[in-house]
Amino acid sequence: MDSAVVMKKTPLTALNIALGGKMVEFAGYEMPVQFAEGVMKEHLHTRAKVGLFDVSHMGQVILRPKSGRIEDAALALERLVPVDILGLKEGRQRYALFTDDKGGILDDLMVANRGDHLFVVVNAACKAQDVAHMRAHLSDLCEVEELTNRALVALQGPAAEAALAKFAPEVAGMAFMEVRGVQILSADCIVSRSGYSGEDGYEISVPDRAAVALVRALLDNPDVHPIGLGARDSLRLEAGLCLYGNDIDRTTTPVAAALEWAVQKVRRAGGARAGGFPGADVILPEFEKGAARRRVGIAPEGRAPIRGGALFADETSAVPVGHITSGGFGPTTETPVAMGYVDTALSAAGTRLFADLRGKRVAVTVATLPFITPRYKR
Amino acid sequence: MLKYTDDHEWLNVANGVATVGITTHAVEQLGDLVFVDLPEVGATLAKNDAAATVESVKAASDVYCPLDGEVIEVNDAIRNDPSIVNSAPQGEGWFFKLKLADASEAEALMDEAAYLALVG
Repeated sequence: MDSAVVMKKTPLTALNIALGGKMVEFAGYEMPVQFAEGVMKEHLHTRAKVGLFDVSHMGQVILRPKSGRIEDAALALERLVPVDILGLKEGRQRYALFTDDKGGILDDLMVANRGDHLFVVVNAACKAQDVAHMRAHLSDLCEVEELTNRALVALQGPAAEAALAKFAPEVAGMAFMEVRGVQILSADCIVSRSGYSGEDGYEISVPDRAAVALVRALLDNPDVHPIGLGARDSLRLEAGLCLYGNDIDRTTTPVAAALEWAVQKVRRAGGARAGGFPGADVILPEFEKGAARRRVGIAPEGRAPIRGGALFADETSAVPVGHITSGGFGPTTETPVAMGYVDTALSAAGTRLFADLRGKRVAVTVATLPFITPRYKR
Repeated sequence: MLKYTDDHEWLNVANGVATVGITTHAVEQLGDLVFVDLPEVGATLAKNDAAATVESVKAASDVYCPLDGEVIEVNDAIRNDPSIVNSAPQGEGWFFKLKLADASEAEALMDEAAYLALVG
Protein backbone atom coordinates (compact mmCIF):
# COMPACT_ATOMS: atom_id res chain seq x y z
CA MET A 1 0.00 0.00 0.00
CA ASP A 2 1.38 3.39 -0.98
CA SER A 3 1.86 5.33 2.22
CA ALA A 4 1.87 8.61 0.25
CA VAL A 5 -1.84 8.14 -0.51
CA VAL A 6 -3.99 9.10 2.43
CA MET A 7 -7.21 7.17 2.11
CA LYS A 8 -10.42 8.41 3.64
CA LYS A 9 -11.97 6.28 6.32
CA THR A 10 -15.60 5.48 7.02
CA PRO A 11 -17.01 5.23 10.56
CA LEU A 12 -16.61 1.45 10.08
CA THR A 13 -13.05 1.28 8.68
CA ALA A 14 -11.44 0.32 12.01
CA LEU A 15 -14.08 -2.35 12.56
CA ASN A 16 -13.63 -3.68 9.02
CA ILE A 17 -9.91 -4.08 9.73
CA ALA A 18 -10.60 -5.71 13.11
CA LEU A 19 -12.95 -8.15 11.35
CA GLY A 20 -10.09 -9.24 9.07
CA GLY A 21 -11.02 -7.19 6.02
CA LYS A 22 -8.46 -7.10 3.23
CA MET A 23 -8.38 -3.36 2.67
CA VAL A 24 -8.00 -1.62 -0.68
CA GLU A 25 -8.46 1.88 -2.03
CA PHE A 26 -11.86 2.45 -3.64
CA ALA A 27 -13.04 5.90 -4.70
CA GLY A 28 -10.51 7.40 -2.29
CA TYR A 29 -11.68 5.31 0.67
CA GLU A 30 -10.01 2.47 2.52
CA MET A 31 -12.55 -0.30 1.98
CA PRO A 32 -12.63 -4.09 2.51
CA VAL A 33 -12.49 -5.97 -0.80
CA GLN A 34 -13.06 -9.22 1.08
CA PHE A 35 -12.95 -10.78 4.52
CA ALA A 36 -11.42 -14.11 5.56
CA GLU A 37 -14.16 -16.18 3.88
CA GLY A 38 -13.23 -14.91 0.43
CA VAL A 39 -15.35 -13.53 -2.40
CA MET A 40 -16.95 -16.82 -3.43
CA LYS A 41 -18.19 -17.82 0.03
CA GLU A 42 -19.24 -14.25 0.86
CA HIS A 43 -21.32 -14.11 -2.30
CA LEU A 44 -22.99 -17.47 -1.63
CA HIS A 45 -23.58 -16.59 2.01
CA THR A 46 -25.40 -13.41 1.02
CA ARG A 47 -27.73 -15.37 -1.27
CA ALA A 48 -28.27 -18.04 1.42
CA LYS A 49 -28.49 -15.96 4.62
CA VAL A 50 -27.42 -12.34 5.17
CA GLY A 51 -24.48 -10.23 4.07
CA LEU A 52 -23.56 -6.97 5.79
CA PHE A 53 -21.82 -4.34 3.65
CA ASP A 54 -20.20 -1.07 4.71
CA VAL A 55 -21.25 1.34 1.95
CA SER A 56 -20.56 4.48 3.97
CA HIS A 57 -18.34 5.78 1.17
CA MET A 58 -21.49 6.59 -0.79
CA GLY A 59 -22.84 10.11 -0.63
CA GLN A 60 -25.94 10.93 1.43
CA VAL A 61 -27.55 14.24 0.59
CA ILE A 62 -30.65 16.05 1.78
CA LEU A 63 -32.59 18.42 -0.49
CA ARG A 64 -34.70 20.65 1.73
CA PRO A 65 -37.22 22.92 -0.04
CA LYS A 66 -36.77 26.56 0.98
CA SER A 67 -40.53 27.05 0.65
CA GLY A 68 -41.20 24.14 3.00
CA ARG A 69 -43.20 22.45 0.26
CA ILE A 70 -41.79 19.09 -0.86
CA GLU A 71 -43.27 19.64 -4.34
CA ASP A 72 -40.79 22.47 -4.88
CA ALA A 73 -37.83 20.20 -4.08
CA ALA A 74 -39.27 17.50 -6.34
CA LEU A 75 -39.75 19.88 -9.27
CA ALA A 76 -36.26 21.31 -8.72
CA LEU A 77 -34.64 17.86 -8.84
CA GLU A 78 -36.67 17.00 -11.96
CA ARG A 79 -34.53 19.61 -13.78
CA LEU A 80 -31.56 17.25 -13.42
CA VAL A 81 -33.12 13.78 -13.77
CA PRO A 82 -35.51 12.29 -16.38
CA VAL A 83 -37.51 10.78 -13.54
CA ASP A 84 -40.94 11.40 -11.98
CA ILE A 85 -39.94 12.84 -8.61
CA LEU A 86 -43.15 14.84 -8.10
CA GLY A 87 -45.13 11.59 -8.22
CA LEU A 88 -42.88 9.90 -5.65
CA LYS A 89 -45.03 9.44 -2.56
CA GLU A 90 -43.88 10.09 0.96
CA GLY A 91 -41.99 7.08 2.29
CA ARG A 92 -41.08 5.81 -1.17
CA GLN A 93 -37.73 5.61 -2.95
CA ARG A 94 -36.93 5.52 -6.66
CA TYR A 95 -33.91 4.95 -8.92
CA ALA A 96 -32.79 8.01 -10.90
CA LEU A 97 -30.06 9.25 -13.24
CA PHE A 98 -28.30 12.59 -13.54
CA THR A 99 -28.00 13.27 -17.27
CA ASP A 100 -25.82 15.71 -19.20
CA ASP A 101 -26.57 17.93 -22.19
CA LYS A 102 -25.57 15.19 -24.63
CA GLY A 103 -27.93 12.66 -23.03
CA GLY A 104 -25.12 10.82 -21.23
CA ILE A 105 -25.32 9.67 -17.63
CA LEU A 106 -23.41 11.64 -14.96
CA ASP A 107 -24.32 9.28 -12.13
CA ASP A 108 -27.07 7.01 -10.93
CA LEU A 109 -28.73 7.62 -7.60
CA MET A 110 -31.57 6.76 -5.25
CA VAL A 111 -34.13 9.42 -4.30
CA ALA A 112 -36.48 9.07 -1.34
CA ASN A 113 -39.40 11.29 -0.36
CA ARG A 114 -39.03 11.81 3.40
CA GLY A 115 -42.08 14.02 3.79
CA ASP A 116 -40.49 17.44 4.27
CA HIS A 117 -37.31 16.78 2.25
CA LEU A 118 -35.78 14.51 -0.36
CA PHE A 119 -33.04 12.08 0.68
CA VAL A 120 -30.58 11.24 -2.08
CA VAL A 121 -27.86 8.56 -2.14
CA VAL A 122 -25.15 8.89 -4.82
CA ASN A 123 -22.02 6.96 -5.80
CA ALA A 124 -18.81 7.54 -3.85
CA ALA A 125 -16.68 8.30 -6.89
CA CYS A 126 -19.17 10.93 -8.13
CA LYS A 127 -20.37 12.49 -4.91
CA ALA A 128 -18.30 15.68 -4.92
CA GLN A 129 -19.34 16.35 -8.51
CA ASP A 130 -22.98 15.44 -7.77
CA VAL A 131 -23.20 17.73 -4.75
CA ALA A 132 -21.67 20.60 -6.75
CA HIS A 133 -24.11 19.86 -9.61
CA MET A 134 -27.11 19.97 -7.27
CA ARG A 135 -25.86 23.12 -5.52
CA ALA A 136 -25.36 24.82 -8.90
CA HIS A 137 -28.80 23.96 -10.24
CA LEU A 138 -31.10 23.57 -7.22
CA SER A 139 -30.00 26.23 -4.76
CA ASP A 140 -32.73 28.67 -5.82
CA LEU A 141 -35.33 26.28 -4.43
CA CYS A 142 -33.47 23.92 -2.08
CA GLU A 143 -30.86 23.72 0.61
CA VAL A 144 -28.41 21.05 -0.55
CA GLU A 145 -26.90 19.44 2.52
CA GLU A 146 -24.39 16.59 2.33
CA LEU A 147 -24.64 14.37 5.39
CA THR A 148 -21.04 13.67 6.34
CA ASN A 149 -21.86 12.42 9.83
CA ARG A 150 -23.69 9.24 8.88
CA ALA A 151 -22.62 5.73 7.93
CA LEU A 152 -24.50 3.59 5.42
CA VAL A 153 -24.84 -0.14 5.97
CA ALA A 154 -26.48 -2.60 3.58
CA LEU A 155 -28.00 -5.79 4.94
CA GLN A 156 -28.81 -8.14 2.07
CA GLY A 157 -30.14 -11.65 1.80
CA PRO A 158 -33.17 -13.83 2.52
CA ALA A 159 -32.67 -13.65 6.30
CA ALA A 160 -32.08 -9.87 6.34
CA GLU A 161 -35.64 -9.19 7.51
CA ALA A 162 -35.29 -11.46 10.53
CA ALA A 163 -31.83 -10.06 11.33
CA LEU A 164 -32.95 -6.43 11.36
CA ALA A 165 -36.45 -6.99 12.78
CA LYS A 166 -34.81 -8.34 15.94
CA PHE A 167 -33.85 -4.74 16.72
CA ALA A 168 -36.71 -2.95 14.95
CA PRO A 169 -39.77 -5.17 14.44
CA GLU A 170 -41.48 -2.60 12.22
CA VAL A 171 -39.02 -3.15 9.34
CA ALA A 172 -40.63 -6.52 8.66
CA GLY A 173 -43.68 -4.73 7.34
CA MET A 174 -41.80 -2.55 4.88
CA ALA A 175 -42.35 -3.03 1.15
CA PHE A 176 -39.65 -3.01 -1.54
CA MET A 177 -38.41 0.57 -2.06
CA GLU A 178 -40.18 1.83 1.06
CA VAL A 179 -38.22 4.27 3.27
CA ARG A 180 -38.81 5.00 6.95
CA GLY A 181 -37.18 6.71 9.87
CA VAL A 182 -36.59 3.92 12.39
CA GLN A 183 -35.07 3.88 15.88
CA ILE A 184 -32.51 1.09 16.04
CA LEU A 185 -30.61 0.62 19.31
CA SER A 186 -31.68 4.16 20.24
CA ALA A 187 -30.16 5.66 17.07
CA ASP A 188 -32.20 7.63 14.51
CA CYS A 189 -31.79 5.60 11.34
CA ILE A 190 -33.20 5.98 7.85
CA VAL A 191 -34.04 2.53 6.55
CA SER A 192 -34.95 1.64 2.98
CA ARG A 193 -35.95 -1.79 1.76
CA SER A 194 -33.59 -1.94 -1.17
CA GLY A 195 -30.09 -2.93 -2.14
CA TYR A 196 -27.63 -3.87 -4.83
CA SER A 197 -27.50 -7.65 -4.71
CA GLY A 198 -30.74 -8.97 -6.23
CA GLU A 199 -31.79 -10.11 -2.76
CA ASP A 200 -34.33 -8.76 -0.32
CA GLY A 201 -32.73 -6.47 2.21
CA TYR A 202 -32.20 -3.03 3.65
CA GLU A 203 -29.93 -0.05 3.46
CA ILE A 204 -29.55 1.65 6.81
CA SER A 205 -28.31 5.21 7.21
CA VAL A 206 -27.06 5.47 10.79
CA PRO A 207 -25.40 8.34 12.72
CA ASP A 208 -21.62 7.74 12.61
CA ARG A 209 -21.30 7.49 16.41
CA ALA A 210 -23.88 4.68 16.50
CA ALA A 211 -22.59 2.76 13.47
CA VAL A 212 -20.09 0.44 15.15
CA ALA A 213 -22.55 -0.61 17.85
CA LEU A 214 -25.23 -1.31 15.25
CA VAL A 215 -22.92 -3.37 13.04
CA ARG A 216 -21.53 -5.31 16.02
CA ALA A 217 -25.06 -6.08 17.19
CA LEU A 218 -26.08 -7.26 13.72
CA LEU A 219 -22.93 -9.39 13.40
CA ASP A 220 -23.66 -11.09 16.75
CA ASN A 221 -26.24 -13.01 14.73
CA PRO A 222 -24.42 -16.03 13.20
CA ASP A 223 -26.53 -15.64 10.05
CA VAL A 224 -24.94 -12.25 9.35
CA HIS A 225 -21.44 -12.16 7.83
CA PRO A 226 -19.38 -9.11 6.81
CA ILE A 227 -19.04 -8.92 3.02
CA GLY A 228 -16.48 -7.05 0.95
CA LEU A 229 -16.66 -5.07 -2.27
CA GLY A 230 -15.59 -8.12 -4.31
CA ALA A 231 -18.77 -10.03 -3.56
CA ARG A 232 -20.82 -6.83 -3.79
CA ASP A 233 -19.66 -6.62 -7.41
CA SER A 234 -20.37 -10.26 -8.30
CA LEU A 235 -23.80 -10.06 -6.61
CA ARG A 236 -24.84 -6.94 -8.52
CA LEU A 237 -23.50 -8.35 -11.80
CA GLU A 238 -25.55 -11.54 -11.46
CA ALA A 239 -28.52 -9.31 -10.61
CA GLY A 240 -27.96 -7.32 -13.83
CA LEU A 241 -27.46 -4.03 -11.97
CA CYS A 242 -25.27 -1.33 -13.48
CA LEU A 243 -22.00 -0.17 -11.96
CA TYR A 244 -21.48 3.51 -12.72
CA GLY A 245 -18.19 4.03 -14.53
CA ASN A 246 -18.30 0.52 -16.04
CA ASP A 247 -21.76 -0.11 -17.44
CA ILE A 248 -23.07 3.44 -17.60
CA ASP A 249 -21.25 6.73 -18.00
CA ARG A 250 -21.33 9.96 -20.00
CA THR A 251 -21.16 8.01 -23.27
CA THR A 252 -24.30 5.97 -22.56
CA THR A 253 -27.86 7.27 -22.72
CA PRO A 254 -30.71 5.87 -20.62
CA VAL A 255 -32.16 4.04 -23.66
CA ALA A 256 -28.80 2.60 -24.73
CA ALA A 257 -28.31 1.48 -21.12
CA ALA A 258 -31.69 -0.35 -21.23
CA LEU A 259 -32.86 1.83 -18.34
CA GLU A 260 -36.11 2.97 -20.02
CA TRP A 261 -37.98 1.77 -16.92
CA ALA A 262 -36.28 4.52 -14.91
CA VAL A 263 -37.90 7.23 -17.09
CA GLN A 264 -41.57 7.35 -16.24
CA LYS A 265 -44.16 8.19 -18.95
CA VAL A 266 -44.84 11.60 -17.43
CA ARG A 267 -41.30 12.69 -18.36
CA ARG A 268 -41.33 11.18 -21.87
CA ALA A 269 -42.64 12.82 -25.05
CA GLY A 270 -46.37 13.45 -24.65
CA GLY A 271 -46.17 13.27 -20.85
CA ALA A 272 -47.43 16.09 -18.61
CA ARG A 273 -43.86 17.04 -17.62
CA ALA A 274 -42.02 15.78 -20.72
CA GLY A 275 -38.40 16.82 -21.00
CA GLY A 276 -37.02 19.64 -18.92
CA PHE A 277 -33.86 17.72 -17.97
CA PRO A 278 -30.36 17.87 -19.52
CA GLY A 279 -30.11 16.01 -22.82
CA ALA A 280 -33.87 15.59 -23.25
CA ASP A 281 -33.51 16.44 -26.97
CA VAL A 282 -31.23 13.40 -27.34
CA ILE A 283 -32.87 11.06 -24.85
CA LEU A 284 -36.58 11.41 -25.65
CA PRO A 285 -36.36 10.65 -29.41
CA GLU A 286 -34.52 7.43 -28.53
CA PHE A 287 -37.68 6.12 -26.88
CA GLU A 288 -39.21 6.15 -30.40
CA LYS A 289 -36.30 5.24 -32.64
CA GLY A 290 -34.07 3.33 -30.22
CA ALA A 291 -30.37 3.85 -29.59
CA ALA A 292 -27.58 2.65 -31.88
CA ARG A 293 -26.37 0.20 -29.26
CA ARG A 294 -27.86 -1.43 -26.23
CA ARG A 295 -26.75 -2.83 -22.88
CA VAL A 296 -27.32 -6.58 -22.67
CA GLY A 297 -26.33 -9.57 -20.59
CA ILE A 298 -23.50 -11.66 -22.04
CA ALA A 299 -23.22 -15.35 -21.17
CA PRO A 300 -19.80 -16.72 -22.18
CA GLU A 301 -19.64 -20.40 -23.11
CA GLY A 302 -17.27 -22.52 -21.07
CA ARG A 303 -15.92 -21.53 -17.67
CA ALA A 304 -13.52 -18.68 -18.41
CA PRO A 305 -14.64 -15.29 -17.06
CA ILE A 306 -14.48 -12.50 -19.67
CA ARG A 307 -13.93 -9.23 -17.85
CA GLY A 308 -13.71 -6.80 -20.74
CA GLY A 309 -12.78 -6.38 -24.37
CA ALA A 310 -14.40 -6.33 -27.78
CA LEU A 311 -17.29 -8.44 -29.10
CA PHE A 312 -17.47 -9.69 -32.68
CA ALA A 313 -20.24 -11.07 -34.90
CA ASP A 314 -18.17 -14.08 -35.97
CA GLU A 315 -14.88 -15.85 -35.32
CA THR A 316 -12.83 -13.98 -37.89
CA SER A 317 -14.16 -10.44 -38.34
CA ALA A 318 -11.92 -7.62 -37.25
CA VAL A 319 -14.65 -5.02 -36.77
CA PRO A 320 -16.21 -5.13 -33.28
CA VAL A 321 -19.99 -5.08 -32.87
CA GLY A 322 -19.79 -4.28 -29.17
CA HIS A 323 -17.76 -4.57 -26.02
CA ILE A 324 -17.98 -5.98 -22.51
CA THR A 325 -18.29 -3.45 -19.67
CA SER A 326 -18.41 -5.79 -16.64
CA GLY A 327 -17.59 -9.44 -16.35
CA GLY A 328 -16.61 -12.11 -13.91
CA PHE A 329 -17.59 -15.47 -12.56
CA GLY A 330 -21.06 -15.88 -11.06
CA PRO A 331 -20.72 -17.96 -7.89
CA THR A 332 -24.49 -18.58 -7.85
CA THR A 333 -24.93 -19.31 -11.55
CA GLU A 334 -21.62 -21.24 -11.49
CA THR A 335 -20.91 -19.77 -14.91
CA PRO A 336 -19.09 -16.73 -16.19
CA VAL A 337 -21.42 -13.73 -16.40
CA ALA A 338 -20.95 -10.39 -18.10
CA MET A 339 -22.72 -7.38 -19.48
CA GLY A 340 -21.86 -5.03 -22.26
CA TYR A 341 -23.04 -3.02 -25.22
CA VAL A 342 -23.82 -4.41 -28.68
CA ASP A 343 -25.26 -2.97 -31.88
CA THR A 344 -29.01 -2.84 -31.28
CA ALA A 345 -29.61 -5.14 -34.28
CA LEU A 346 -27.64 -7.84 -32.41
CA SER A 347 -29.16 -7.24 -28.97
CA ALA A 348 -31.88 -9.92 -28.99
CA ALA A 349 -31.47 -12.59 -26.32
CA GLY A 350 -29.96 -15.73 -27.82
CA THR A 351 -27.81 -13.90 -30.38
CA ARG A 352 -24.46 -15.69 -30.66
CA LEU A 353 -21.38 -13.48 -30.67
CA PHE A 354 -17.67 -13.91 -30.02
CA ALA A 355 -15.50 -12.26 -27.40
CA ASP A 356 -11.78 -11.80 -27.50
CA LEU A 357 -10.10 -13.62 -24.61
CA ARG A 358 -6.31 -13.44 -24.52
CA GLY A 359 -6.18 -13.53 -28.31
CA LYS A 360 -8.71 -16.35 -28.71
CA ARG A 361 -12.33 -15.96 -29.86
CA VAL A 362 -14.72 -17.39 -27.29
CA ALA A 363 -18.40 -17.93 -28.13
CA VAL A 364 -20.86 -15.92 -26.03
CA THR A 365 -24.64 -15.54 -26.09
CA VAL A 366 -26.66 -12.39 -25.55
CA ALA A 367 -28.61 -13.14 -22.38
CA THR A 368 -31.63 -11.71 -20.63
CA LEU A 369 -30.74 -9.83 -17.44
CA PRO A 370 -30.69 -10.61 -14.58
CA PHE A 371 -28.79 -13.91 -14.50
CA ILE A 372 -30.50 -14.87 -11.24
CA THR A 373 -34.12 -14.55 -10.14
CA PRO A 374 -34.27 -11.49 -7.88
CA ARG A 375 -35.97 -11.95 -4.54
CA TYR A 376 -37.05 -8.41 -3.80
CA LYS A 377 -39.84 -8.01 -1.25
CA ARG A 378 -43.07 -7.28 -3.12
CA MET B 1 13.32 -33.27 -5.71
CA LEU B 2 10.95 -30.41 -4.82
CA LYS B 3 11.86 -27.02 -6.30
CA TYR B 4 10.27 -23.58 -6.51
CA THR B 5 10.33 -20.52 -8.78
CA ASP B 6 10.01 -16.89 -7.80
CA ASP B 7 6.79 -16.81 -9.90
CA HIS B 8 5.29 -19.12 -7.24
CA GLU B 9 5.30 -22.37 -9.18
CA TRP B 10 6.44 -25.60 -7.55
CA LEU B 11 7.88 -28.57 -9.42
CA ASN B 12 8.54 -32.08 -8.23
CA VAL B 13 11.21 -33.68 -10.40
CA ALA B 14 11.54 -37.46 -10.72
CA ASN B 15 13.08 -39.47 -13.56
CA GLY B 16 13.43 -36.42 -15.80
CA VAL B 17 9.76 -35.47 -15.45
CA ALA B 18 8.59 -32.40 -13.48
CA THR B 19 5.08 -32.28 -12.02
CA VAL B 20 4.23 -28.56 -11.93
CA GLY B 21 1.70 -26.60 -9.91
CA ILE B 22 1.26 -23.32 -8.07
CA THR B 23 2.25 -22.83 -4.45
CA THR B 24 0.08 -22.62 -1.38
CA HIS B 25 1.24 -19.01 -1.03
CA ALA B 26 0.12 -18.23 -4.61
CA VAL B 27 -3.30 -19.75 -4.00
CA GLU B 28 -3.73 -17.75 -0.81
CA GLN B 29 -3.04 -14.58 -2.78
CA LEU B 30 -5.34 -15.51 -5.68
CA GLY B 31 -8.38 -16.54 -3.68
CA ASP B 32 -11.06 -18.90 -5.04
CA LEU B 33 -10.15 -20.19 -8.49
CA VAL B 34 -12.99 -20.45 -10.98
CA PHE B 35 -11.19 -21.36 -14.19
CA VAL B 36 -7.96 -23.05 -15.21
CA ASP B 37 -6.63 -23.09 -18.78
CA LEU B 38 -3.98 -25.78 -19.27
CA PRO B 39 -1.45 -26.30 -22.07
CA GLU B 40 -1.92 -28.90 -24.82
CA VAL B 41 -0.36 -32.29 -24.26
CA GLY B 42 2.60 -32.46 -26.66
CA ALA B 43 3.34 -28.73 -26.49
CA THR B 44 7.00 -27.83 -26.27
CA LEU B 45 7.53 -24.98 -23.84
CA ALA B 46 10.52 -22.87 -22.97
CA LYS B 47 11.38 -21.66 -19.49
CA ASN B 48 9.21 -18.63 -18.56
CA ASP B 49 6.64 -19.26 -21.33
CA ALA B 50 3.07 -18.69 -20.17
CA ALA B 51 2.01 -22.31 -19.76
CA ALA B 52 -1.39 -22.00 -18.10
CA THR B 53 -3.86 -19.34 -17.00
CA VAL B 54 -5.80 -19.27 -13.78
CA GLU B 55 -8.81 -17.07 -13.11
CA SER B 56 -9.84 -16.33 -9.59
CA VAL B 57 -13.02 -14.47 -8.70
CA LYS B 58 -10.79 -11.39 -8.79
CA ALA B 59 -8.44 -11.59 -11.77
CA ALA B 60 -6.56 -13.68 -14.31
CA SER B 61 -2.96 -14.74 -13.73
CA ASP B 62 -0.45 -16.62 -15.86
CA VAL B 63 1.38 -19.73 -14.72
CA TYR B 64 4.87 -19.86 -16.20
CA CYS B 65 6.79 -22.87 -17.37
CA PRO B 66 9.63 -23.35 -14.85
CA LEU B 67 12.07 -25.07 -17.27
CA ASP B 68 12.34 -26.10 -20.94
CA GLY B 69 10.41 -29.27 -21.78
CA GLU B 70 7.48 -31.05 -23.38
CA VAL B 71 4.03 -31.29 -21.78
CA ILE B 72 3.25 -35.01 -21.44
CA GLU B 73 0.16 -34.88 -19.21
CA VAL B 74 -2.29 -32.29 -17.86
CA ASN B 75 -4.55 -32.52 -14.83
CA ASP B 76 -8.06 -32.56 -16.33
CA ALA B 77 -9.58 -32.80 -12.85
CA ILE B 78 -8.70 -29.16 -12.08
CA ARG B 79 -10.20 -28.04 -15.40
CA ASN B 80 -13.52 -29.49 -14.32
CA ASP B 81 -13.19 -28.38 -10.68
CA PRO B 82 -10.70 -25.54 -10.16
CA SER B 83 -11.46 -25.56 -6.41
CA ILE B 84 -9.17 -28.61 -6.16
CA VAL B 85 -6.27 -26.18 -6.63
CA ASN B 86 -7.50 -24.16 -3.64
CA SER B 87 -7.88 -27.18 -1.40
CA ALA B 88 -4.69 -29.04 -2.41
CA PRO B 89 -2.38 -26.77 -4.40
CA GLN B 90 0.73 -28.86 -3.83
CA GLY B 91 -0.99 -32.24 -4.17
CA GLU B 92 -4.11 -33.15 -6.15
CA GLY B 93 -4.16 -29.64 -7.60
CA TRP B 94 -1.09 -30.11 -9.84
CA PHE B 95 -1.29 -28.53 -13.31
CA PHE B 96 0.86 -30.43 -15.81
CA LYS B 97 3.79 -32.83 -16.20
CA LEU B 98 6.79 -31.68 -18.15
CA LYS B 99 9.41 -34.01 -19.69
CA LEU B 100 12.47 -31.86 -19.05
CA ALA B 101 14.89 -31.07 -21.85
CA ASP B 102 17.69 -31.03 -19.28
CA ALA B 103 16.77 -32.30 -15.84
CA SER B 104 20.00 -30.97 -14.33
CA GLU B 105 18.73 -27.40 -14.80
CA ALA B 106 16.30 -28.01 -11.96
CA GLU B 107 19.23 -28.02 -9.55
CA ALA B 108 19.58 -24.26 -9.90
CA LEU B 109 16.01 -23.52 -8.74
CA MET B 110 15.07 -22.66 -5.16
CA ASP B 111 14.55 -25.36 -2.61
CA GLU B 112 11.68 -25.21 -0.15
CA ALA B 113 13.63 -23.39 2.56
CA ALA B 114 14.72 -20.69 0.09
CA TYR B 115 11.18 -20.29 -1.25
CA LEU B 116 9.63 -20.04 2.19
CA ALA B 117 12.21 -17.40 3.07
CA LEU B 118 11.23 -15.49 -0.09
CA VAL B 119 7.51 -15.39 0.71
CA GLY B 120 8.19 -14.75 4.38
